[in-house]
Amino acid sequence: MADLITLTIDGRKLKVPAGTLVIEAAKQAGIEIPAFCYYEGFSLQAACRMCLVEVEKMPKLQPSCTLPAADGMVVHTESPKVADARKGMLEFLLTNHPLDCPVCDKGGECELQDMVFRYGAGESRFTEIKYHQDEKQWSPLVYYDPARCILCYRCVRVCDEGLGVGALGLTYRGVAAEITPSHGDHLECDECGWCIDVCPVGALTSGTYRYQSRPWEMNHTGTICTHCADGCKTTLSVRNGAIIRANNRDRSGYNGEFLCVKGRFGYDFVHSGERLQSPMIRKNGKLEPVSWSEALAAVATKFSEIKARGGKFGVIGSTRTTNEENYYLQKFARQGLGTASVDHHRTGDVPALIDALSGKTDALAAMADLYQAKAALVIGADLAQQHPLIAYQLRANYRHHKMAAYLVNPGASREEQYAKKSVHAPPGKEMEAVASLAGELKGHEDLVVIFGASLRGEGVRQLVSFGDTLGIPVKYVCLVDYSNSRGAMDMGLVPELLPGYRSVREAGMEPGLALDEMLAAKDLDALWAVGANPLESAELASSAAFVVVQDLFLTETARRAEVVLPAQSAYEKNGTVTSVTGEVQKLKAGAKVMGTKADLEIMGLIAKEMGLNLGIWSPDKVFEEIRRTVRGYNIPLPVVATGGAAQTTPVNGRVPAMPRPEHIRPSGDTLFTSGTLGRYSKRLSSVMEAPGELFKG
Amino acid sequence: MLYNEPSPHETRILTRRLVYPQAEPIGYEQYAAQQGYEALRKALAMTPDAIIDEVKKSSLRGRGGAGFPAGMKWSFVDRKSPKPKYIVVNADEGEPGTCKDRIILENEPHRLIEGCVIAARAIGAERGWIYIRGEYRRMIETMDRAIAEAYQQGILGANVLGSGTRFDLYTHTGAGSYECGEESALLESLEGKRGNPRLKPPFPATSGAFQCPTIVNNVETFSAVPDIIMNGGDWYAALGAPRNGGTRLFCLSGHVNKPGVYELPMGYNLLRMINDVGGGIRGGKKLKAVVPGGSSCPILKAEECDIAMDFDTLAKAGSMLGSGGVIILDETTDMVKFLYRTMKFYAHESCGWCIPCREGTAWLKKILERLDAGVGVSKDLDMVDQLAQSMFGRTFCALGDAAAMPAMSIIRKFRAEFEERIRSAQVFIPAPETRPLVVL
Amino acid sequence: MTFSPQLEAKFADLITHYPEGRQKGALIPMLLYAQDEVGAVTPEVIAEVASRLNVKPVEVEEVIGYYTMLWRHKRGKHHIQVCTNLSCMLAGGEELYAQVSKKLGIGHRETTPDGQFSLEETECLGACSWAPAVLVNYDFHMKMTPEKLDRLIESLGSKQ
Ligand SMILES: Cc1cc2nc3c(=O)[nH]c(=O)nc-3n(C[C@H](O)[C@H](O)[C@H](O)COP(=O)(O)O)c2cc1C
Ligand code: SF4
Ligand code: FES
Repeated sequence: MADLITLTIDGRKLKVPAGTLVIEAAKQAGIEIPAFCYYEGFSLQAACRMCLVEVEKMPKLQPSCTLPAADGMVVHTESPKVADARKGMLEFLLTNHPLDCPVCDKGGECELQDMVFRYGAGESRFTEIKYHQDEKQWSPLVYYDPARCILCYRCVRVCDEGLGVGALGLTYRGVAAEITPSHGDHLECDECGWCIDVCPVGALTSGTYRYQSRPWEMNHTGTICTHCADGCKTTLSVRNGAIIRANNRDRSGYNGEFLCVKGRFGYDFVHSGERLQSPMIRKNGKLEPVSWSEALAAVATKFSEIKARGGKFGVIGSTRTTNEENYYLQKFARQGLGTASVDHHRTGDVPALIDALSGKTDALAAMADLYQAKAALVIGADLAQQHPLIAYQLRANYRHHKMAAYLVNPGASREEQYAKKSVHAPPGKEMEAVASLAGELKGHEDLVVIFGASLRGEGVRQLVSFGDTLGIPVKYVCLVDYSNSRGAMDMGLVPELLPGYRSVREAGMEPGLALDEMLAAKDLDALWAVGANPLESAELASSAAFVVVQDLFLTETARRAEVVLPAQSAYEKNGTVTSVTGEVQKLKAGAKVMGTKADLEIMGLIAKEMGLNLGIWSPDKVFEEIRRTVRGYNIPLPVVATGGAAQTTPVNGRVPAMPRPEHIRPSGDTLFTSGTLGRYSKRLSSVMEAPGELFKG
Repeated sequence: MLYNEPSPHETRILTRRLVYPQAEPIGYEQYAAQQGYEALRKALAMTPDAIIDEVKKSSLRGRGGAGFPAGMKWSFVDRKSPKPKYIVVNADEGEPGTCKDRIILENEPHRLIEGCVIAARAIGAERGWIYIRGEYRRMIETMDRAIAEAYQQGILGANVLGSGTRFDLYTHTGAGSYECGEESALLESLEGKRGNPRLKPPFPATSGAFQCPTIVNNVETFSAVPDIIMNGGDWYAALGAPRNGGTRLFCLSGHVNKPGVYELPMGYNLLRMINDVGGGIRGGKKLKAVVPGGSSCPILKAEECDIAMDFDTLAKAGSMLGSGGVIILDETTDMVKFLYRTMKFYAHESCGWCIPCREGTAWLKKILERLDAGVGVSKDLDMVDQLAQSMFGRTFCALGDAAAMPAMSIIRKFRAEFEERIRSAQVFIPAPETRPLVVL
Repeated sequence: MTFSPQLEAKFADLITHYPEGRQKGALIPMLLYAQDEVGAVTPEVIAEVASRLNVKPVEVEEVIGYYTMLWRHKRGKHHIQVCTNLSCMLAGGEELYAQVSKKLGIGHRETTPDGQFSLEETECLGACSWAPAVLVNYDFHMKMTPEKLDRLIESLGSKQ
């Protein structure tokens, strides 16, 4: 711990660790020093000169964003000299800045507007002709208006330091200086749009949001991104039921401001013209729209009939539906339909990890651990492409704490930019490469291991044994691909396990069919796919099977269905999801699409129609039941209720029945693909980098 | 080449080997024949501390503009640091009015090389770069030839004159930027980047070129070192004025009869410089003002010119000795135009990094352009002064100050001339009203 | 893209001037020398230099916009730079600039259609004591007069 020193700011004595920047010290005391270029967590610029303060015994005003607090320092942040300097800076800034706030896209949430309001002069002495450059479009998603740019370099830094992309730079000089994109006239980057978010003014605007709304005309709903498993918090800005923007400017989640292209722009599938908005029943070989009551009755009747004659059900759940829905679905299948054939598209061997860690408490890493660990070992994962937030956390850890990263991958990945060591090893040969790193890994205080789906079953066990030999605390992340992949596993959407990693035998059942087996079973009587599209790349062997599909789109599976029920996406409903690091977060409905229902409600209505008593189907009630009955999910309610992330603590013991690892099939998604949803996002495919490639560096 | 005849009033130390018109640069043979590299041999027998002490005693102050004591700067380098240490020669020579470093680059490259090797010895540097402005390509070629000779003679390379230490020296070309003369911007440029200045601290002595301890000095500063080592710091100090050791190259330009670069002791009287050395004002006109040390220095009115040209005296008089560029203006000089042209320069050269300099220089230039064109109003005059004050001391690097100082000094000292320009305007211009910020 | 053997040799040497791993130091010199040979910093030059020094294209974009001696479009065979800064202005630099501009029919940073001449009004060239100064490519012409300048341009023009 650094020594504490005492300084005085505006007459208040403060104790802060030596070396604290004056601007930060002031913030701790509730004194706000205005700044444009100072951006917490990123390199210091001292370029905007808004944060100048008066320090006694120093002849010149000092930039508080770079001035380390020293013992006995006396700082004034509101003296006449300081006020005059601020006013001067703002006057300078406005000389070439357009004064058309009413038509600027940033109006109402512009930091420059706010600063002028608080610190500026009411009028400008500038009567010359403004220097002007026209606006440019850099990509389908990013526009740049140099005239509005105040050159705070935030965009340059988040791109370079935050993402490791470095697609933005500064060109020309003097009053003509402006930001330049990677290729002179266009951008080739991750298209994450963070530059747009951090822009304090209307210089960088989003191709998807610009000129559509004022911030106060939208409702803002904080929820969780539905694309990958990293679980970024995102705020949906909704007008007339339609999402028109997503960002996380309030830094409410564990992702801070970070979002990737999918989180920030990939919500457009919600309002795709191809969304299903009416239930459909196959009549004379064709799917025809029908009413909800007709469709639900048809399903209930058929399910009851098959159940009554002891027919064979196959139930496939989703990696994007909520924990409540998954829990309810497996309960429906096992208790309501009496089948043990329950599964979902598995993308990583979480049960193997939990089993291997038996007896070790606290060995599953949380998202925050990735930022704090002293060393990280990444095995078989192109993080920048597949797990953008994890990639960001590790990079930030390196940037702020010089974390040592070790990579064992089949090819190049962006993490190599800063990795201490990178070994290329093909799938199946990872453990040899990992073993060769033992000597170096032992030298660190602690380690976090992040591994992909190429390690499963025995491989995971070997990995954990290897970790045990290092003699340092080791935590693990088993990568899974979709927003609630982890939750689907935890909720027992596998033939072998009940929720909370209990054997189905506890419920007096033998494990049923796995997903592939259901599709291959010639005598299957009914297939129920809730938010899943198993027929995308496989055939259904049983031609007589009664297929019911709940989905957003007319997928391959829906096309084969007898009954199709239009469901809602994560952005339209409430509930909880569990991230790749096992952290439970709350979904909140933002958007609305006419004619659709949440999967939970659909299931509840079918149960009711069938006369089953599976309990009340409201998300809150089901979540209550989960907390009571699912091991590890007895998480503190206030944390989740207030929008925080609570890590589950799954069984600390052997997993009684292991789901078979051969059924794991990683999705292979990149930064610009997202399974079925990605297909219906025009934006993800509109950028020139799409669809992206894995292990190309 | 020397482009002007020497003056009998000069004290030729730095230039003592040069003969007018010096058609060819002094090569290694000739340099060595005239005691060249003897100072280096002597320095190699001295301890680094002894070299630095000698330079400190000489009260040699930086010739690039700021006048920082060279010996003190060298002593800031942590010689025990495990990082390599570097020498960087500032040969950007961009300050308007200044054309002295080229005298050395063009005519006596070995003097600079010798100074660098001695400095390298003093701080334990293993590499050095001479950052030469891009327009000086011919001088880069001259330096390159001399460096090649020095390698052949074993003065540079793996084993400097058998001392067992290595020192490599290279030239590095600039590509058109005044700001790259500012030492930290220069280092950025050396690293292949835009010439945006760096945050200070850390200063170059701690983290300079490629983030290693570095000393940056002007060409003339390094070039003074061999004579200091040969004859002792006390000898050098005694040549000049108190705390302003030695001689320096003054570049007389503007309205004098004999413009040129002359070597004169520090503290030489400015009027004598104009009249004795420079042969007086051209065409028998009266002196109006002098910019004493390059365009950044506050102007001196004729009546302020009876002054000793050293760092401290000029500072006391509210100006600066700067880079030795003495621009002499006669009574016919149009001060409005002069200030406009000055500001056009700074607006063109502002790197754009910080707000007050980027916007301030551009704004001032526009106002002065109007004033010069006779389209000014009386409000403009206070505004020029106020805007310059809004910049002064608040910019990221000293370029902002360098732009603000001439503006403040010229508009204050020659205000009547600006007022007259406005009064005599041919066109009638209504005073512009202040504008509301938001135009609806 | 390939350069002349002399330039290749120069580049090979240049790269050794910077500490290991910091070869980006050679960026600006390489661009300038390549421009001397090619006539401009063309997209091909940018791509080539970027790949040789292993820097991102945006890092090259950044410097091209910054340094006035780097040109994206072709300069003339004879690039005439007239200083109009303070000392030269006092000695008639602005008039000299106007004279060349009129004579060649081109303005600041423009090139004649035949590619023979380009013109640039420059900031201080470091020749103040021998003002006014004109720089043609890399050769200084000092203490210029209107007559000397006329003759200079004519002799350059006849050199073809
Ligand atoms: C805008 C600006 C331009 C400068 N240009 C030059 C220059 O062209 N040559 C130079 O030697 N110093 C120049 N300097 C001064 C350098 O920053 C630095 O002080 C000098 O190189 C130190 O060397 P010295 O102590 O030997 O003078 C400039 C400073 C500023 C602020
Ligand atoms: S675009 Fe915006 S964020 Fe980027 S530098 Fe300009 S003002 Fe700053
Ligand atoms: S003013 Fe023209 S060369 Fe210096």
